Amino acid sequence: MSSKYDVLVIGGGNAALCAAISARRGGASVLVLEGAPKFYRGGNTRHTRNMRCAHDAATEILTGPYTEEEFWEDLLRVTGGETDEVLARHMIRESKDILNWIVEQGVRWQPSLGGTLSLGRTNSFFLGGGRAMLNALYLTAERLGVAVEYDAEVADLAIEDGMFLAARLERPVRGETEIRATSLVAAAGGFEANIEWLKQYWGEAADNFLIRGTPYNRGSILKMLLDKGVQEVGDPTQCHAVAIDARAPKFDGGIITRHDSVVFGIVVNKHAQRFYDEGEDIWPKRYAIWGRLVAAQPDQIAYIIFDSTVVTSFMPTLFPPIAGQTVAELAGKLELDPAALEKTITEFNAAVRPGTFDHTILDDCRTEGITPPKTHWARRIETPPYLAYPVRPGITFTYLGTRVNKEARMLMKGGKPSANMFAAGEIMAGNVLGKGYAAGMGMTIGSVFGRIAGREAAKHARN
Amino acid sequence: MHGTRILDEADRLMTVCNSCRYCEGLCAVFPAMEMRRAFSDGDLNYLANLCHSCGACYVDCQFSPPHEFDVNVPKTLAVARAESYAAYAWPQALSGAFARNGLVISIIAALSMAAFILGFAALNDRSVLFGVHTGPGAFYKLMPHNAMAVLFSAAFLYAILALVMSMRAFWRDIGAPIGNRADSGSIFQAIRDAGELRYLHGGGVGCYNEDDKPTDRRKLYHHLTFYGFILCFAATSVATLYHYLLAREAPYPWWDLPVVLGTLGGIGLIIGPIGLFTAKMRRDPALLDESRYGMDVGFIAMLFLTGVTGMLLLILRETAAMGPLLALHLGAVFALFITMPYGKFVHGIYRFAALVRYAQERRSEGGT
Repeated sequence: MSSKYDVLVIGGGNAALCAAISARRGGASVLVLEGAPKFYRGGNTRHTRNMRCAHDAATEILTGPYTEEEFWEDLLRVTGGETDEVLARHMIRESKDILNWIVEQGVRWQPSLGGTLSLGRTNSFFLGGGRAMLNALYLTAERLGVAVEYDAEVADLAIEDGMFLAARLERPVRGETEIRATSLVAAAGGFEANIEWLKQYWGEAADNFLIRGTPYNRGSILKMLLDKGVQEVGDPTQCHAVAIDARAPKFDGGIITRHDSVVFGIVVNKHAQRFYDEGEDIWPKRYAIWGRLVAAQPDQIAYIIFDSTVVTSFMPTLFPPIAGQTVAELAGKLELDPAALEKTITEFNAAVRPGTFDHTILDDCRTEGITPPKTHWARRIETPPYLAYPVRPGITFTYLGTRVNKEARMLMKGGKPSANMFAAGEIMAGNVLGKGYAAGMGMTIGSVFGRIAGREAAKHARN
Repeated sequence: MHGTRILDEADRLMTVCNSCRYCEGLCAVFPAMEMRRAFSDGDLNYLANLCHSCGACYVDCQFSPPHEFDVNVPKTLAVARAESYAAYAWPQALSGAFARNGLVISIIAALSMAAFILGFAALNDRSVLFGVHTGPGAFYKLMPHNAMAVLFSAAFLYAILALVMSMRAFWRDIGAPIGNRADSGSIFQAIRDAGELRYLHGGGVGCYNEDDKPTDRRKLYHHLTFYGFILCFAATSVATLYHYLLAREAPYPWWDLPVVLGTLGGIGLIIGPIGLFTAKMRRDPALLDESRYGMDVGFIAMLFLTGVTGMLLLILRETAAMGPLLALHLGAVFALFITMPYGKFVHGIYRFAALVRYAQERRSEGGT
C-alpha cells in the first residue's frame, strides 16, 4: 500500500514547517513526517529563542540596522572562512524578508528585554521562545491543510539516480507503510543525539557527553541520504559543544543548564589542575569553546570554581553551586584532592595582578607567572563560601550535512543536482556554517532554506 | 524550604524559569520573577496572584510535562493562589471556609435565601406576600426600606472590613523589597491593567483553553461578568441616592437609570458566568487546580444567581411572583456579600494588589 503527495517533508522543526507552509502556499499537497512524539516535535527548534536576520533600519523589535555586509562579516569571522560565499550571501539577502514572512506565518516577535543576551540589534526574539514559534507554525500549517504525523519514523528512502521515489515507514501512518511523493524536503536535523555515531569520532569520551536537545536527533535521514549518493558537506568529526552543568539530564536539558560563569573564576579538571585561559575572550567566544575544552579533559569533567563575591554577577542557575566554607571542604564535596585544589587556588591567587575589573571589556585584571595564565578578569578567590559548578560537554548540533545549491536542492556526489530532493535546516547547515556559531544563525538557515526548499519542491511537483 | 508543599514547588519552578526566561514577554509574572534571585513565601504568593492563568507559558514551555523538569506554572500558581486566599483570610478563624468552599458557599446561599423567604412569610400576610404591588415603594410593602438598608449595609461593611484586612496582610507579606507605600501612578496603572485584563491574553493571542488554539473567550466572559457586577452595583448605588437625596422610591420605570444599569449588568451577570463556567468545564485539566472547582463554581453560581433573580424580579415585578422573587434576590445578594471575603471573589482583590506592586516594581526599576 502506498499513498502519494506532491511534497513529503521529513522532520518537524523550524525548517520543516517553513518548507511545508511554503510548499502548501505554493499549491502542493504536503505531508510532514515527524519522527518524535508530539510533545518533543521540532528537534532543536524547541530550545531556540531567536533568529539573526539582516535589516537596514531599526524596527519595533530591533534596536538598530544590521546590514547584509555586517552579517556576512560576522559569518566570515565565526566560520573562519569555512562557508560557501554564494550560498551564504544568498541566505543573508533572503533573511531580510524572513523577518516579515515568518510573522505572516503566525510567529510573534518580542522586543529584546535585555538582561539575558545583548543581541537587541542583530537578533529577533520569539515571543514565548522556540516552542511558541513552533506552535504557531504548526497551527498555520494545519490551518492551510498540511497533513502532519507524529511518531512517524522513516525506516528507509527509495532513491534512484538522485531521484526520490518513496519513504518506507517503521510503523504504518494513515494505514500506509510507504509514502510516495513527487518531491522530498529533508529537514530532519543532525546526529547529535546519536551517541554511537559520535563515538566514531570521539571514542568512548562520547559516553560522557550530554545532549542539549531531544533524543530524537539521531541523524538517520542524513545517513540514508549520504549512503544513497548525496554529496556531503561539513566536517563530520565536529560538533558544537558548550560547557553545561554536569547534573543536567542526558538529553533535552536545553538552554537552562548552561553556565556563563567561567570568566568569574577558574576552571579545573578532575586532578584540580587548570587547563586553559579562562579570561581569553569575551562572550560568546568563551562560551562556545569550553565544551570542546572539557571534552579533552580526563573523564570529560571540569569544575568552575569561584567565591561568594561574584554569585550575582551572572544569570541565576538551574542547579545551585556546590559550596564549601574552606577550599578543602569544597574539594571534598567535588571529590577532588583537597591539597591539589588548595595549591592551585593559592598559586592562582598569588599570580593575580592588581587591576580594574570590568567584565564587559577585555580588562587589565590578569595573572603573571602561572601556566596557563588568566589574561583578563583575574581576581583572587578568597571569600568563603567557595563555590563550584561541575560541567560536562553539552552537544548542541553537528556540522555534517548534505550539500545543496541556492534552490536548496541537494547535490549528488559528482555535483549533479537531484531531480526532486531538497534539504533545509541543520541537515544542510554545514553549507554556510562550516564551523563555529553565532547566536540565532541556525534558525536563519532553517527558515530561509525551509521557505526556499518548500517553494522549489512545490514548483517541481506542479511541473 | 517554605511553609507548604506547593510553595516549595513554586520555588522550584521559579528557579527553573529564572534560568530560562523565554516567557518574559508573555505577562507580568516572569519579569517580576527576574527581579529576584531567591523567593520568599511572600514573593511566591505575589507571583501566584499576579498570574492570570492564561496558560501560554505552559503551551510555550519546552520543559512542561511530560518533560522530566515537569514545569507547570499555571497549575502550580493556581494552587498556590488558592492557598494564599486562606493564608491571608481575616479573621483567620474563618480561613477554613476555603477548604470546602463550594459546600460552604452553597449552604450559606441556601440558608440566606431560605431566611428571606421565611422572614417574608413570617412578617407578611399571605395576601401581601403573594399580592400584586406596583408603584413607588412596592418592594417596601414586603420589607421596610430601613430594615433592608441596615441589613445590607451591615453585610456590605463587614465584607469590606474583612477584605481590607485580608488585603492588608497580603500587601505586607509581599512588601519586600520596595516597602509598603503605594504611589498613585502605580495604582492608576493597576486599575488600567485590571480593567482591561491586560495579562489574560496569552502574550497577545488569547488564552489557552481546551487545546493549543488560543482564543479570547475567557477574557470576554470575564469582562461581561466583572462589568455586569459593577453595573449592578452602580444601579444599587444610584437607587440609594434616589431614595435618600431625591426621595424617589423603587421600583423605577424601565427607562430610569437604576433599571437601565441593573438590566445591562444583569445580562452581563447571566451570560458572563455561563461562559466562564462552560470554559472551565472544557479547559484542559492540566492547566487547572481541579481541587478548587468548588470554590470557582461556587462564586460563578452566586453571581449567576444574583443576575437571574434580579432579572426575573424586573420582568415579573408587577405580578404575584414579586414577593417570593424579591426574597430570593435579596437572599442571593446577602449571601454574595457575606461570602465575598471567603470565596473566589478575593482573587480580584489580591490580583489588583499584586498589579499595584508590579507597577511599582517596574517604576522603581525604570528609575522613574
